[in-house]
Amino acid sequence: MWSKFVRHFSTSPLTRVRHPKLRRAPHYATLTDRDISFFERLLPDGRAITDPDDCSPYNIDWIKTCQGQSQLVLRPKTVDEIQAILRYCHEHQLAVCPQGGNTGLAGGSVPVFDEIVLSLRSLNSIGAFDENSGVLIADAGCILQTLDVHVNQFGHTMPLDLGAKGSCLIGGNVATNAGGIRVVRYGSLRSAVLGLEIVLADGSLLDCLTSLRKDNTGVDMKQAFIGSEGILGLITRVALACPSAMSGVGLGLFSCTSFENILSTMRLARKLCGETLSAIEFLDSSTYNLSLKNLQQTNKPVEPNNFYILVETMSSTYEQAKATLDKLANTALEKEFITDGTLAQDLKQYKDLWAIRERVPEALVADGYVFKYDFSLPPARMYKLVEETQKRMKPFSNVRNVTGFGHLGDQNLHLNITVQNGYSDEIKHALEPWLYEWVAKERGSISAEHGLGLHKSKYLELNKGKQSLELMKKMKNIFDPKCILNPYKVLPYKID
Amino acid sequence: MAIRILVGVKRAIDYAVKVQVKTDKTGVVTEGVKHSMNPFDEIAVEEAIRLKEKKVAQEIIAVSCGPTQCQETLRTALALGADRAIHVEINGKDYETLQPLAISKLIAAVAKKESIDLVLLGKQAIDDDSNQTGQMVAGLLSWPQAVFASKVDIKDKQAEVMREIDGGSETIRVKLPAVITADLRLNQPRFANLPSIQKAKKKPMAKMTPNDLGVDIKPHQEYLSYEEPPKRQGGGRVSSVDELISKLKEKGLV
Repeated sequence: MWSKFVRHFSTSPLTRVRHPKLRRAPHYATLTDRDISFFERLLPDGRAITDPDDCSPYNIDWIKTCQGQSQLVLRPKTVDEIQAILRYCHEHQLAVCPQGGNTGLAGGSVPVFDEIVLSLRSLNSIGAFDENSGVLIADAGCILQTLDVHVNQFGHTMPLDLGAKGSCLIGGNVATNAGGIRVVRYGSLRSAVLGLEIVLADGSLLDCLTSLRKDNTGVDMKQAFIGSEGILGLITRVALACPSAMSGVGLGLFSCTSFENILSTMRLARKLCGETLSAIEFLDSSTYNLSLKNLQQTNKPVEPNNFYILVETMSSTYEQAKATLDKLANTALEKEFITDGTLAQDLKQYKDLWAIRERVPEALVADGYVFKYDFSLPPARMYKLVEETQKRMKPFSNVRNVTGFGHLGDQNLHLNITVQNGYSDEIKHALEPWLYEWVAKERGSISAEHGLGLHKSKYLELNKGKQSLELMKKMKNIFDPKCILNPYKVLPYKID
Repeated sequence: MAIRILVGVKRAIDYAVKVQVKTDKTGVVTEGVKHSMNPFDEIAVEEAIRLKEKKVAQEIIAVSCGPTQCQETLRTALALGADRAIHVEINGKDYETLQPLAISKLIAAVAKKESIDLVLLGKQAIDDDSNQTGQMVAGLLSWPQAVFASKVDIKDKQAEVMREIDGGSETIRVKLPAVITADLRLNQPRFANLPSIQKAKKKPMAKMTPNDLGVDIKPHQEYLSYEEPPKRQGGGRVSSVDELISKLKEKGLV
């Protein structure tokens, strides 16, 4: 009994290494047998999971940076069930961790202590697709790739694409305003979200589920929930604008000697590829080499150099997509912005080349414990930060790689430090808050697309200022006065 | 003495495209559909380039039979490392009814005309899966054949070829001139690099017609109808082992 008590009030060893001072908020109730039998009645057929082994995948994030100790996972199938769950939790002061595909990278999707996990996985019906407007209505628990396959039948595509598409859920995508590789073409996910249905903390339903492209009537309430990481309400259904699918694609991978040349190639791509441009990504040589090793790609696609840039074009015809990319390749080679390159000759090569970029996160996990950062920075300063971090990490012999890659077209840098023999407190303190301060000084963002989650919440004020933080706290108080939704995340938590 | 290689490259619907049967069932939809080099031919091209890199081959000629768009496939072969290309132009109705025997006659004619020592082809094309051309070219030329190759060694006008066979492999030796067809494991094709893609634009490409080669491409078979494979019936879920067993019994499977 005593051990159970202790376990609830301190973090798991995995979470503790990063957040040593974090303590469970005392005002939350602890789960009783009565609560469990209520949920078992509400969710029959084993959809209220209490077996510790069955709960464990919901407790740990996939990059293994934190682990909760939830003893109850709920898998509602209907919005009514979600309303009943939250009504009960609100009344009984039980903390809840909403969870989508659990592919988050900031520790926002798993419980910290004993919060009840509310998994959206089983709420997964695909609703109507309007061929005239291109608007899809879907439940929050639909997998992104499943939806993409669905709208493909109508000649459309989802407005976002990211490496985790096979497991992430659309509700989680919207709740975190997920980025990915198509932001260059379709803009941020926020602009494609036309409507939302939300269950509020007290179980009431907020219906903003319209499919209108234009609707200027008062304050747009749904905006508050996009990117709020589940702290204001639970997104249950979404209406998304899906653009027409382009049947013609082209993809080029080019190598460059310097980051300056990467930027020159990007500018040239914007100019020459124009409306066909659909993605611009970059990798430095250490990221690229780790990825090739992880993919066991034996024939080198291009002559090695210090930097690599991927440019994708899309058009209604192959000829057009290919022509603009050809022009870019020839001009960039002529101007000596690039030293070598290759153009995908068929869809297999297209997939193989994309895999080098898309499967980088996997390659990093294979290299060691990963310190992961996701910054927005002015393009000219993006790689400077990687170089300075490399200098700062020199004295540490356990650091394997300091690598930079990311969505160049969106000024989004992914900085990763891989360390052998697991997490190191010393390295963390050498990196934080130094990195966050560096980025704040450049007026960048400490979280471009990953969100704040658990790991970065305490730096919110540094990035957004006191005024914004105070307003956010007031909003939280309005939507979730008992603070039961995704506690300890996003907003800085006082006992951390 | 270094040899001369003829490598066949077919323009086929890209392997990643979902193929659809035309509504009138006379064929499959090709309009607006991405076409690429047949993947087995890509392996054949790669093998030819490796033989040239080893100085076994002195010249690689790529050949493709079909409409103007085949030139794009030939340019890919040139970018990968072929020295020159021959486009045997066949359009419209003639192309739609073109069959492996006609292709084999065309390739055999080119092989004779160019004094070829080795014809390297993919074992089959992924669109019609005929798996006939290599064998028929060898027959027409009365040359030895080594098909489904997974390893090729050429020494003193002889080729030692490891072949994929049921449950294992066999190694045979054939005298050149010969026909070899490439299986999946023969090699991993390379990516074409930018300078080679540019250079490929300037490499020579000869155009000829079946007439020039004295080949009659009249079809000997008639395609009656194309059908999609039957749609998979969705499975069902059972809630217990007992239910599973009773269902299996119902269907007479246990």
